[in-house]
Amino acid sequence: MTTAPTPAAARSPPAGRVLRRLRDWLPALVVFALGLAAWQYVFSPLAGKFLLPKPFGHRSVTQAFWEQRHVLWSAGWFTFQEALGGFAAGSGLAILVAIVLARWKRVGGALMPYAIAANAVPIIAFAPITNAWFGALNPRSKMVIVGVLCFFPVLVNTLRGLTSVPPAAIELMRSYAASEVAIFRRVRIPNALPHIFVGLRVASVLAMIGAIVGEYFGGSIQALGVQIENSVSLFMFPVAWAAIMVASILGIAFYTAIGVVERLAISWHPSARGARAE
Amino acid sequence: MNAAPVAGAAVVSLRGVTKVFKGGTTALQGIDLEIQPGEFVSLIGPSGCGKSTLLRVVGDLIQPSEGDVIVNGKRAHQARLDRDYGIVFQDAVLYDWRTVAKNIALPLEMMGWDRSRRRGRVQELLELVELQGFAGHHPWQLSGGMQQRVSIARALSFSPALLLMDEPFGALDEMTRERLNNELLRIWAETGSTIVFVTHSIAEAVFLSTRVVVMSARPGRISSIVGIDLPQPRLTEAREEPRFFELVTEVREALQRGGADRVTDALIAGGEL
Repeated sequence: MTTAPTPAAARSPPAGRVLRRLRDWLPALVVFALGLAAWQYVFSPLAGKFLLPKPFGHRSVTQAFWEQRHVLWSAGWFTFQEALGGFAAGSGLAILVAIVLARWKRVGGALMPYAIAANAVPIIAFAPITNAWFGALNPRSKMVIVGVLCFFPVLVNTLRGLTSVPPAAIELMRSYAASEVAIFRRVRIPNALPHIFVGLRVASVLAMIGAIVGEYFGGSIQALGVQIENSVSLFMFPVAWAAIMVASILGIAFYTAIGVVERLAISWHPSARGARAE
Repeated sequence: MNAAPVAGAAVVSLRGVTKVFKGGTTALQGIDLEIQPGEFVSLIGPSGCGKSTLLRVVGDLIQPSEGDVIVNGKRAHQARLDRDYGIVFQDAVLYDWRTVAKNIALPLEMMGWDRSRRRGRVQELLELVELQGFAGHHPWQLSGGMQQRVSIARALSFSPALLLMDEPFGALDEMTRERLNNELLRIWAETGSTIVFVTHSIAEAVFLSTRVVVMSARPGRISSIVGIDLPQPRLTEAREEPRFFELVTEVREALQRGGADRVTDALIAGGEL
């Protein structure tokens, strides 16, 4: 077999890999440092340190972040729970609905145009309404808006994954006298997994946005969005920026966590592995 | 449609098979064909002659509009439910989320074989297609030729009496294709299965087959059948023998006559003959 690929042959020792990782990341780290420096020495002095507090030093964002860390992290956790609850409910429901729509094509044909149209609706505009329905102080008012936000990208991507199976892959299963259920279990769902994760990643970003913006329209004093709002109205800009930092860290962590789950769930996928042997 | 299935000797028996697609295209018209056990029959013809459709009709993946399809002495539908055939497509159709071993074992899983029995059978098949050592690889780590060998191993895994192959080597380069042709003949000899093979390569059809079924297009029908009397077993050298070239010429001329028939038909239909 002369065409034999050598999958794991050219793997470098661990030390070499760490060095290469570092080299890959170095440009990004340099840009990060330059950005912080520009903020500290160019943008903040230009805008005035009152409107755009410096990242470091006296009355800076990091100082506010440190002093207010307990309040901010507990507010962050409160808001994150709203985001997570809505994300889980919205995404879970979306996957179930997608399976139903893929299984019964007639229902899918009737509902899909509306799902796609709804995907283009600025759902966050409904936030004041859900606040009115469930009460602004009730976390459920934010979970509902987050759930609706997460629902459509997950639905559309899952449905695409379930239905974008090559016809021959289905014919193969039929040649084994496979039932529709077996085709779903062994072909459609595994085929959909990479698409589902695309939807979940989009949804994870929307979840944090939805929860925080929902809180801008009113919410518990323990909520991060309310903290940001209040700090700004009291002209405590360093605290507002520190709160935004907490929101960013949580958002990035959430997105990254989805990526980790994705890698574990679809470790077979070419994109999750190193270079393909050819 | 209501002729009783006969337990004849033929592995595949087609009588008056016609397929008209929804749009009104007649893909197949009045196909009669009998394929005996152990035969290697190639279907060859211009694109659009319905050769892939015919293969799918045999596999009960497409229902004919008219005519009888008997496979292994049963109706094609029952033969599919009984898993009487294995199928290989132009694309290997391997599932990326399964390793090579698990792709090969897929039909065995569906038939409820237990794990140890599956493992033993997969090992045999990996040896048969010469892919020992690749059991744990994922399909995308293999070359196109290797993927197609996995696909053949999967089709053979449950030892079906009949193997349906739809241009399995059409997407491969010439050298890989010739090597896999040799391998396929070896596997055919070892397993003794009956093979129906769709191709658009005249040389491939002549080299592999015991009979070449020449089809013409629009509507798809059998224009002639060429018996291939090259001695068995055939090795690469068989491609260089004068008899091989004579048969290639014969099939080519049959293909051209098929095209000429169409012109004649058109003239008849137009009332000019």
